[in-house]
Amino acid sequence: MSHVELPHESDVAPGDEEHTSVRLRVIGYVVGLALAILLTATSFFIAGTDLVWQPSIPVAIIVLAIAQMGVHLVFFLHITTGADNTNNVMALAFGLLIIILVIGGSLWIMANLNHNMMPMDQIMQMQR
Amino acid sequence: MTTAVAQEASQDDPHHLGVLAQITHAGPAPKRIVTGYGFWIFLLSDMVMFSCFFAAFAVLSGQTAGGPSGAQLFNLRSVAVETGCLLLSSFTCGMASIAAEERNYLWFQIAMAVTCLLGLAFLWIEFHEFADLVSRGAGPSRSAFLSAFFTLVGCHGGHVSAGILWLLTMMAQVFAKGFRADIQRRILCFALFWHALDIIWVAVFSVVYLLGSGT
Repeated sequence: MSHVELPHESDVAPGDEEHTSVRLRVIGYVVGLALAILLTATSFFIAGTDLVWQPSIPVAIIVLAIAQMGVHLVFFLHITTGADNTNNVMALAFGLLIIILVIGGSLWIMANLNHNMMPMDQIMQMQR
Repeated sequence: MTTAVAQEASQDDPHHLGVLAQITHAGPAPKRIVTGYGFWIFLLSDMVMFSCFFAAFAVLSGQTAGGPSGAQLFNLRSVAVETGCLLLSSFTCGMASIAAEERNYLWFQIAMAVTCLLGLAFLWIEFHEFADLVSRGAGPSRSAFLSAFFTLVGCHGGHVSAGILWLLTMMAQVFAKGFRADIQRRILCFALFWHALDIIWVAVFSVVYLLGSGT
């Protein structure tokens, strides 16, 4: 009794789905592709249009990109919030933390340095 | 009956912690989960590496040193075609992993071949874009902005090239060895790699091309 091998219902490999029919799995990929195409087309349209308020365009492009990455994670990589996916999600969360620190920290520090540095033409003057 | 169960429980749980007895029986995870999880960790570290290139590009994107800026250089039409190629190849790669799980040899090879052609089309367009930039005097040595651009986009292109080599290897291995368990694990890892490249391309076309051509 104590050494019976229980099936691994508590884990799933990243990229694997729960066992469903082929038709349902194909439909999952089709839905993912449709959403991704929709989001991509929207970002390309927004980047070149005059219809929306211009300062909102960079924010919109970044939001659409993050949404599309989410679509790819869920529909193509099958990283979901299900209980059997906890380990995969925790690894992803740690990766995201590092990525946010690297990008946000770099932009923050370099913007500060730029702000505090003497303008380039004055430095050139001093070197003469 | 009840005493036997009680004895069993006291052996499994000598310190009467209660909850432990239920989860210690599972044993080591199957190799497919261990391999997939390890490869997922690698992919996340790869994304961390890309985030350094993205940070460098974001910091240097305005430093054109009097040279051409992104808005003057980028051709959004070819970027859109590249994006379509990579997106469709991600879809056909998903079809290939379904075919591999169903052990359908013909559909696996067809889906992988289409994925390969779409990946090659992507690389072909990117190569022409790079050659065009260099011939217009906007090579990686022109300005800090272009150095960061070629490093970031070239690194992604290098990953796609490596992915195509891996893809051809998987087609050959399935041809030679069939859908063995170890080959299935490699197909799982390859599919993860290919989908992750598509995620990185989403960031590239948004940050580099769309934001870069707007300003």
